[in-house]
Amino acid sequence: ICFALLCHRTKLILILECQATKTCRKYVDLATNTDNANVKVLIDPKQFSRNEANGIIIIDKLQPRDFHILFVPRRSLLCEQRLKEKGVLNSFTNIDEYILDLIPYDGDLLSMESESSFRECYLENDQTSLYHAAKGLMTLQALYGTIPQIFGKGECARHVANMMLRMKREFAGSQTQILPVFDTLLLLDRNVDLLTPLATQLTYEGLIDEIFGITNGYVKLPPEKFAQKKQGEGGKELPTEPKKLQLNSAEELYAEIRDKNFNAVGAALSKKAKIISAAFEERHNAKTVGEIKQFVSQLPHMQAARSSLANHTSIAELIKDITTSEDFFDSLTVEQEFMTGVDTDKVSTYIEDCIAQKDPLIKILRLVCMQSVCNNGLKQKVLDYYKKEILQTYGYKHILTLKNLERVGLLKPQSTMRNNYPTIRKTLKLWMEDANEQNPNDISYVYSGYAPLSVRLTQVLARPGWRSIEEVLKMLPGPHFEERQQVPTGLHKKRQPGENRTILVFFLGGVTYAEIAALRFLSNMEDSGTEYIIAATKLINGTSWIKSLMDSPEENLP
Amino acid sequence: HHYIGATWHVLKIELYEMGWNLKDGLRECLVAAAPYGGPISLLKGHNRRSPSARPQLEIYSSSGLPLASFPWKSGVVKQLGWTVSDDLLCVQEDGTVLVYDLLGGFKRHFSMGNEVSQSQVLETKIFHSPYGTGVAILTGALRFTLATNIDDIKLRRLPEVPGLQGAPSCWAVLTQDRQSKVLVANGSHLFILDNTACTPVTPPGLSPQASSIVHMCVSFSYKYLALLTDSGHVWMGTSNLKEKLSEVDTKIKTPPKQMAWCRRPKSQQPSAVVMWDGLLIVVGECKETIQYHLDDDSILVPELDGVRIISGTHHELLQEVPGACEEIFKIASMAPGALLLEAHKEYEKESQKADEYLREIKEQSLLSEAVRQCVEAAGHEHEPETQKTLLRAASFGKCFLSNFPPEQFVSMCRDLRVLNAVRDYTVGIPLTHTQFKQMTVQVLIDRLVYRKLYPLAIEICRYLKTPEYQGVSRVLKHWACYKVQQKEESDEVIAKAVSVKLADAAGIFYSEIATKAYESGRTELAIKLLEFEPRSGEQVPLLLKMKKSPLALSKAIESGDTDLVYTVVMYLKNELNRGDFFMMLRNQPVALSLYKQFCKHQEQDTLKDLFNQDDDHEELGNLYVKASYKEQRLEARIALLQSAVDEYYKAKNEFSAKTTEDEMRLLRFQRKLEEEKGELLVGFSLHDTMTTLLSVGLHKHAEQLYKDFRVPDKRFWWLKLKSLAEKEDWEELEKFGKSKKSPIGYLPFVEVCIKHHNKYEAKKYVSKVTPEQKVKAHLAVGDMEGAAEAAIERRNESEISTVLSRCSATTDHLLMERLNRAKATAVKK
Repeated sequence: ICFALLCHRTKLILILECQATKTCRKYVDLATNTDNANVKVLIDPKQFSRNEANGIIIIDKLQPRDFHILFVPRRSLLCEQRLKEKGVLNSFTNIDEYILDLIPYDGDLLSMESESSFRECYLENDQTSLYHAAKGLMTLQALYGTIPQIFGKGECARHVANMMLRMKREFAGSQTQILPVFDTLLLLDRNVDLLTPLATQLTYEGLIDEIFGITNGYVKLPPEKFAQKKQGEGGKELPTEPKKLQLNSAEELYAEIRDKNFNAVGAALSKKAKIISAAFEERHNAKTVGEIKQFVSQLPHMQAARSSLANHTSIAELIKDITTSEDFFDSLTVEQEFMTGVDTDKVSTYIEDCIAQKDPLIKILRLVCMQSVCNNGLKQKVLDYYKKEILQTYGYKHILTLKNLERVGLLKPQSTMRNNYPTIRKTLKLWMEDANEQNPNDISYVYSGYAPLSVRLTQVLARPGWRSIEEVLKMLPGPHFEERQQVPTGLHKKRQPGENRTILVFFLGGVTYAEIAALRFLSNMEDSGTEYIIAATKLINGTSWIKSLMDSPEENLP
Repeated sequence: HHYIGATWHVLKIELYEMGWNLKDGLRECLVAAAPYGGPISLLKGHNRRSPSARPQLEIYSSSGLPLASFPWKSGVVKQLGWTVSDDLLCVQEDGTVLVYDLLGGFKRHFSMGNEVSQSQVLETKIFHSPYGTGVAILTGALRFTLATNIDDIKLRRLPEVPGLQGAPSCWAVLTQDRQSKVLVANGSHLFILDNTACTPVTPPGLSPQASSIVHMCVSFSYKYLALLTDSGHVWMGTSNLKEKLSEVDTKIKTPPKQMAWCRRPKSQQPSAVVMWDGLLIVVGECKETIQYHLDDDSILVPELDGVRIISGTHHELLQEVPGACEEIFKIASMAPGALLLEAHKEYEKESQKADEYLREIKEQSLLSEAVRQCVEAAGHEHEPETQKTLLRAASFGKCFLSNFPPEQFVSMCRDLRVLNAVRDYTVGIPLTHTQFKQMTVQVLIDRLVYRKLYPLAIEICRYLKTPEYQGVSRVLKHWACYKVQQKEESDEVIAKAVSVKLADAAGIFYSEIATKAYESGRTELAIKLLEFEPRSGEQVPLLLKMKKSPLALSKAIESGDTDLVYTVVMYLKNELNRGDFFMMLRNQPVALSLYKQFCKHQEQDTLKDLFNQDDDHEELGNLYVKASYKEQRLEARIALLQSAVDEYYKAKNEFSAKTTEDEMRLLRFQRKLEEEKGELLVGFSLHDTMTTLLSVGLHKHAEQLYKDFRVPDKRFWWLKLKSLAEKEDWEELEKFGKSKKSPIGYLPFVEVCIKHHNKYEAKKYVSKVTPEQKVKAHLAVGDMEGAAEAAIERRNESEISTVLSRCSATTDHLLMERLNRAKATAVKK
């Protein structure tokens, strides 16, 4: 069960989600500690129906005084029915919904934070999250005008576009007269590009997410590197609580380095360090009262910059320890071999060795899936060998997980069709041999060579258009389409010369930080002429994605 | 114009000569007239109880045109009143309230509670507040019961009034601090009753001659209060009783029939109207009063900006003269508006005086003020001719102004056309401009719709360019709802008529119309109408109500709203027998997979049945596997796994079947060994089982598993290597290394030994490592010489560089020179 408590912090809305027991306890604490007992509990109906039993009992025991339920993102019949069955529905003063489809995560980023969206759509054939996506897009259009052009690729994209067009028909006559902000909407199914999330992200933000995991805009880091280093205070105890940091573009330095390839972060940090210490040196030059006053007025900003620099230097050190390790290097080498099509058709010794040493299962699954995707399926013999190895090493219970991966297409036996991945790779230039990590000139820098397929599709759509890649589009799963929406007369945007087009890219099934970085890179490219706003059902990485697809029953044997 | 009074001006105009024909006028009648020029209801002979002579309930428009009439068959009515949405409330003696629409159709009834019905209704007042229409009742037990909003009834019984022996001399309801309160006078004592307390209050400066308050009234806005004492004084002040505004002696000591405020919003003057038989007195700030003689029994209807007086023959409006009108029409007025009107008159006569008047205004730079005055005054006039005269004058004045904003003039012209249309005798809604602005076009349209004046309503919407969604479409919807209730026409005709009329209208909700049709017992028509509904989500609830479940299900799926699909599925689950239910789901894959999701969490057994129905053996197998993990007992678990194996074979999934068989085999093995050796193994993976066996020295058993389960050599070697190193059983490790050629090579041996800090053992394997890995092996054991040797031998530039990078400049100086030389030649090659 997930009781999400909402806090508003400047531009961000954060949803704190917790484990069942933990949150229930929190809920009880809140309810008993707050005197006016006017606690709002937000229940995600989806999670609720998953294992509602705990939650209900807790609520029942509470003897609510003045309780409200706000369903997020929408009221749910199933949930209400369950509350009714347990006889607690009437205990709530108010039952309402908090329509929270798209949550702004940053100036150019919206997420639905719908954890299991990919799993539901592709595994369970439950398209609830797509309905919410369509609703969210309708809200967005009510606020920012009708989007005249809709492009899409994939079954889910088609479904969302259909719902949007239908909803628009349904509300004909009631639409607001707003000049469209977005020129184009691009809906992309995650299963059009299964490869990208499997690859290890190599941008700064991507690596933070890969290694430590970013949840709701926050990251928890091992505390050792963040101990206050004050002179003369030796022997101070090290903090034991993980260091929690908020990560978004409100922090100037972070905005600057988040999307860089990690190999370029060191230089950026030392450059910044020089600027900051130079700024502090300025105080010696401040002679007049006015100059001193000006210096002092800048102090808070400079101090913030200095502590921000210290934090990111520590994070970079933590990451560097890992990226320079042999394990990391070997694994990356294999990933890059797969992506360039080297030996994808036979059993990889590296994966074999990793299994033999019982490396984390998710790492294995990511690699095997990647090989399968890059080979457009594995030979039955190879596939069965991997599966057997995994089951023998990690336990037979993972058979259900493997079946799930097969069902969503991450693992598959090679069909009679020939492997079309090389064609896709070549046509879309998915592998760039000499990716420039320091001063990138192509999106491939985010994976040090691999250009994310999803972003390439976006890039080609903007220029020269999808017609140029019809063949490749046909090789990728699901239909591709274009729809036009009637914009009320008088609201047609007349673009000034030099004014950018704005494309909203919606990733159905999740988006990675590296993909976001690639799209931001495209926005900032001098001659791009296009600005990208990104929306997704969820911010994911390979690990969280694979995890969401796992089905490992808890063993109940004594 | 009849302007009366010297110091302050009240105007009485005739609105209508009543169209009704009442034999006895309003005598012996219960009468209620709705504010904002609303309808009038009459109940003649309301005290009659014999069935042979039932009272007659009649409803009229403000102009006296009949809207409805029917004999009253229910109980004794104590009070009539109108709601804010033009519904008639009839409060009966027993506290039952009957609700009728303004065309006499019965809508519903509700009770004011047991306490009221037991002690009976003594007096009732119907009041309006921002929360809707309320009913306040004084019961026979001298207690007040109150409901603030009849659409959401929450009955409140107010506290007792101390010392109350009989009915209080007078009382009123007011809304203060977002709460409805009752003000009660008992003799000279005044109390305010709210939810919790009865508080005595004293009006400041009330004339001392008074020994009792005999009448009271609250202004339309609840801001002001007027009290009439037995000494004939009218006290006027704020309703919070903090301030006295005025007190006037009427010199009449008999109790009046009615009293009402007659004050414009924002007026500086307090003024109230008191009515006795045949006499009407207007009191204000000064001692002087204005008196009117009344020929006939009349009632007063308080309005926002005046009082309407309805008698058996006439309908009049009494108002304070609006400022603008007074300025313009006052005799010998020199106000800019008056001069402009004069100028225009002269202009029409083609007299040059026009210019003189104009110049006079312009010299004082008051022309725009003059235009404004004329426009405003036009708004207050009821005679179209006067309106036109004033507007023409304004338009004339406008010609001499540059940059004068046209909005006020234009919207006033529009408003007046609308007002004149609804004031028309045949419509009978005598709204003033002030009232119209307060009530808004939306509400006016609603009122026209209640009266079924659809064409007029549509014309007004179009004329005022109201957005279709809120205007024309809404009216058409109401029309259609009315249309579908007409029993004499056939389904086809009505459906056609509705669709033709509504075809182009935006935002029509056909589901509402269809619901109306269904409620009038026309299911077929409802289905026809639903076809036109563009929002499939809206079709679903009604389709379910009409038991058209397959259609409801497909519409729900069409909408994409999964919650709606669940609604239908759950409904079907309860309605249909299991077989039919499954059958229906089978034809709707979307619904089926949603239902499966539901079952996965709630009803595992149903899920099994569903898979069985579809012969989905693969899923059945998975289900058994999942279930097996929930089992505590090993036998039960193995039995479930066996079922899974059977299903997997049926599904022709050999891999899953074999794997599951392996799992069973492993479980049995683990169990046997647990029993024999006491080592905890059950639930471990094959790999972990072997590791455990090796770590406790059960090599033979590990070997057996390795063979039985056909574990690849490589993995077994890795496993054994690591286990032995873990145990630091170097001797055994060496034996193992020599047992046959290692399938994983010997670098792992080196690395694993180093990992366990045994350089000595590690070195034993360096020589066995393949040439490609030699450098790495030497480096691992820290043998720089060996590494350099190997690298140089292989003439591999990158390997040489690797070694170089590990060299230390101080100790390995010579080695570095050699390496650099070798590197140079390697590069050359």
